[in-house]
Order: sequence, then C-alpha cells, then structure tokens
Amino acid sequence: MATLELRDVKKSYGNNAVVHGVSMNVNESEFVVIVGPSGCGKSTLLRMVAGLEEITGGQIVIAGRVVNDLEPKDRDIAMVFQNYALYPHMNVYENMAYGLKIRGMTKQEIDSRVRDAGKILELGALLERKPRQLSGGQRQRVAMGRAIVRHPKVFLFDEPLSNLDAKLRVQMRLELQKLHRRLGVTSLYVTHDQVEAMTLGQRIIVMNAGRAEQIGTPAEIYARPATAFVASFIGSPPMNLLKATVAADGASLQVDGANIVLPRAVPALAGRAAQFGVRPEDLRIGGNAFQIEVDMVESLGADHLIHGHLGQSGQQALIVRAGPDANPAAGSQIGVGFDAGATHWFDGTTNARVVA
Amino acid sequence: MVENRPLLAVFTHVVLIAGVIAIAFPLYVTFVASSLTLDEILAVPMPLTPGHQVTTNYGRALAAGSTQGSAAPVARMLFNSLVMALMISIGKIAISILSAFAVVYFRFPLRKFFFWTIFITLMLPVEVRIIPTFKVVADLGLLNSYVGLSLPLIASATATFLFRQFFLTVPDELAEAARIDGAGPMRFFRDILLPLSKTSIAALFVIQFIYGWNQYLWPLLVTTEESMYTVVIGIKRMIVGGDAANDWHLVMATAMLALLPPALVVMLMQKWFVKGLVETEK
Repeated sequence: MATLELRDVKKSYGNNAVVHGVSMNVNESEFVVIVGPSGCGKSTLLRMVAGLEEITGGQIVIAGRVVNDLEPKDRDIAMVFQNYALYPHMNVYENMAYGLKIRGMTKQEIDSRVRDAGKILELGALLERKPRQLSGGQRQRVAMGRAIVRHPKVFLFDEPLSNLDAKLRVQMRLELQKLHRRLGVTSLYVTHDQVEAMTLGQRIIVMNAGRAEQIGTPAEIYARPATAFVASFIGSPPMNLLKATVAADGASLQVDGANIVLPRAVPALAGRAAQFGVRPEDLRIGGNAFQIEVDMVESLGADHLIHGHLGQSGQQALIVRAGPDANPAAGSQIGVGFDAGATHWFDGTTNARVVA
Repeated sequence: MVENRPLLAVFTHVVLIAGVIAIAFPLYVTFVASSLTLDEILAVPMPLTPGHQVTTNYGRALAAGSTQGSAAPVARMLFNSLVMALMISIGKIAISILSAFAVVYFRFPLRKFFFWTIFITLMLPVEVRIIPTFKVVADLGLLNSYVGLSLPLIASATATFLFRQFFLTVPDELAEAARIDGAGPMRFFRDILLPLSKTSIAALFVIQFIYGWNQYLWPLLVTTEESMYTVVIGIKRMIVGGDAANDWHLVMATAMLALLPPALVVMLMQKWFVKGLVETEK
C-alpha cells in the first residue's frame, strides 16, 4: 500500500515532446484511471511510472521515494499489459511464480502466494495449463495473478481489457472492481475507453496531446468538464458543442445563423464568441429554445438518438437523446429545449470552461 | 485443389516416379556395389542385385580402410566428421544466437556498424577467403586439429539473421514483463528467449550439421594426416586413379557409411525441423 505522486513529469523523444508536464497524486488504495485518445501520451506516462521509459523531466515518487533512476524491478510495482505478455513456454503456475523465483523466495512461500492468487482469480483448475490453451479472459486473469502474487505497492494497467470482446470486457471490468475493493492496492489504469474510465476510476485524469486536461472524480468530470475537449470526450454520445456568438443582451445566441433562446441570460458572456455545450441527455424535444432539422433516428431500444442539425450551412450537427416514443421523421423540424442548469460554456479561443 | 482428371493424375505420378528413380537409383547402385567383391564390381555388366559381402566389406572399411590410397580406418574418419560437424553446428548456434540477442535487444554504440559487418560476411564464404584463412590457421598451428577444421566455418551471418528475425517476432512486452519481474538481460535470455527458440535451434542444428558434415574443400586443405581425415575427404583419398586400381567395394561401403549420420539427423529431428521452419509459438 502506498501513494504515487507525479511531479511535473515530462517526456520527449529528441525534440518531439509527447508529455508536457503532468502532476498528480494517487492516494493510498485509490484507483485512478488515465483516459485519452490514442497518441495522447497516456501509455508513455504509465510506462515512465513502470520504469520502462526514461523520464525526461520531473519526478515520480512511489511511497515517498523518488524512483526516477530505479530499475523497474526495484520500484515495487506490477504491471498488466494489453496483450498480457505471458511467457508462452511456462504454464500458469510458472508464469505467476517466475518473478517470485527471481527474487529468491522460498518454494513454500511462492507456492502459498500463487495458490492464493489462483483462488482469488478462480484459476485453481488451470494452473498446469499453458497460455495458448487459455481463453482471452483466462489469460487476462493470469496476467492479473502475476501482478497480485508480487504484493506490489502499486498496480499499473495498460489497457488490459481492450483485447477482449465486449461482453467479456464488461464482466472483467466488474471483476477488476471487486478485486480492487478486496486488495485495496493503489492502482493506475490506462484506457482509451471513457466507459471504462467512468466505471472503474475513483478519480480520472483526462489527457489530450500530452497534457492532463482535467483531474477529478467521474461525477465532477461529467458534470463540470474543464475544457471543451473533456466535454467532447467524456459521455456517450458526446456533448453537443456549438460555436456560438452570444447576443449583446446575453439572453440568446447565434449559431450559424440560427437563434437559440437561453432559459437564463448570461450577461458575463454578452457579445462574445464562445462554445456552447449541452449534453444529448439534457436536451428535450418539444421545447422552444431552438429548432433542428432531423437527419435520422438511431434506436438503442431504451433510448432513441435523434441526429439533426441547425443553422444555414447544415454543418452544425447535434444529437438529442430522447425516449423510445420519440420518432420524428427525417427532414422534419422539431423544437428542442433545455434547462438553465444543463448548459456548459467554453471560451471561444482557449476552450477552457467559463462560468456564466 | 480438388480436381478429378485421371490423365493428369497419371502424368504427375509418372513425373514423380521418374524423379524418385533418378535420385534413388544411384543410391541403390552404390549399395549394391558395396555388397559385392571387387571382381564382381569390375565384371561387365555389373550385377544389379545385392551380393553377400555386406559384413565383410563394411567391417573392413570401418576397421582397416582401403589398401589403395588412404589407409585410415573409416571409423576414425566418421568420428572426425562427427566432431567437426558437431563443433560447427553447436558453435554456429551459440555464436549467432548471442550476436542476434545483442543486435536485437541492446542499444550500444556502433550497433548499426556491427550489424552490417555481420551482414557483409554473407558475401565471404570460406571458398572466397580460403587462402588468407588457411594462412591464419596454419600460422596459429591449427592444421590437422579439430579446432582448425571447424573454427573458420563457425561464424555465420545466416544463422544470426535467422535468430534476429525470430527475436523480432517476440513481443516487446515479454522483455518488459521480464524486466518488471526482475530478470536481468542474461536471465531473460536463458529463461525466456532460449526456450522460445527451441524449434529454431533444432532447425538450424539440422541444417548446420549437414553443412558441416558435407564440408569438402576446407578439410581437404587443412588435413594432411590420415588420422584427421573426415569421411568426405577419405572417400576422395581412397580413389587414387585408374578404374581398376581402387578398392571400389570399400569406397562404396564408405560412401554408404558417410550418408548415414546426416540421414539419421534429419530423420530423428524432422518433426522439430519442420516446426522450426513453419510454426512460431508465441
């Protein structure tokens, strides 16, 4: 059990900076998820914590000790890889025991730890199997077991569920949560899947282009995204972001020639260019804030996603999440409304959240 | 392809059978000759059914050798060939697997340079560098020794490349997982890379054993003493010249004996050999 601290951690390859200084704390027993699109530097950050990449700048502190110059094996971490990285020629037992054997642990100690992990992960019957004889989910559990037996201070997960099919992914997600609750090991988890981030993380770091755009609990990040990027990345379907110019009185805005009447005026933004955000689930059809033209309706069973657009050029697309009864015909105009509390404002140039 | 054309089937079989005969018939004649007396071989036409001299001929060849030309016993030659082939194949595998490990897994200064140096040796087989190599081996006093026979043939760019290609297919995460598990580079090599390379090693062993066993030009140069002849050289040395002056029955017996070990190696290791060339187990 330990804390993990990143102090202005930077990484560059030659002149090409990929991580521009990320700072954050992972508290004891906390489960923190780093989420972002591919190429945002999230895996690089994790690999720097693991000691597989050199740190260009800043410090990484595990349990109060700066580990910048320590080999991975001396950092007291365990890592689960995306492709599991099980040793193909060793059986499940040997895979889990290998790290312990190298550390010179006694046979009895190794045996009890491996059997314990096998019990926790329900691998007991598979200990003699080779990795190629296992299914994807089982391999994933062995990879987890290899991390557990080490009793590390910090668990690192590098997209561990992305090689699994959708159903198994949901199941493993739940198992991971149970496992964390049971073992309480400080964990850092990298994923590109915002659903995984929202469900697993006690706190989330949203990364984009090598920067941490926002660090916070899933609820905070959903309710109050710090930047337009976070707003568009978290949530499915993503938040509608409209490039708008606020009228001089702050009571309405212009989006590509269309007029949107605000339920509550925003005098702070009067006359300025801004991005106006509202989540699909916060829009309701039958309102009178503005009109959209329906392009198509996607049915998800419990919900209907109404894809439409507004404005003169037809470029400003927008999604409304409505109940299963809402079934407007394509090409029809429908009125849309929203509550004052459901609006998000982002600066037109910096994309940062504006309180209005 | 599933086709049902009887004429084509007949034709393909004729071609195949002709091919088998072309290869098998000389072997058969060799075997027949090795079972006859010298007089029977020299009779015209030579009989094409095996004679009764098998044990006598093979026994004499193994124990005493020919009366003409080289008089070294073939058993000794077979032993020499075996030692040379084993030293070459094991030496080649040991050196090339280590150099491939270095080239793939380590960043060291002039890595590219060394890689290309190994690559260039592909263009320099023994036949091309035979005179300078002979000079070096002679100056080192290694003529008529097992080391002299095998050392110059051990360096192998081909094997290095084969292992390099194999190592490149091993996922990086495996090396990283081993690092996190606390395995140093040599430990990783021994515990993980080596077991994974088993089939490649077996395939390479078969190829290199036959390569070593069949060496002709180099042993011909560096062995001058009969006790150091390899069997391939021995056959040549038994033929002194003139059709009648040689112990053909013993020459043929020696040829058959020389065929056996490589054939055995291929047969015994065939399963591994095919696996090594076809299957990648990761």
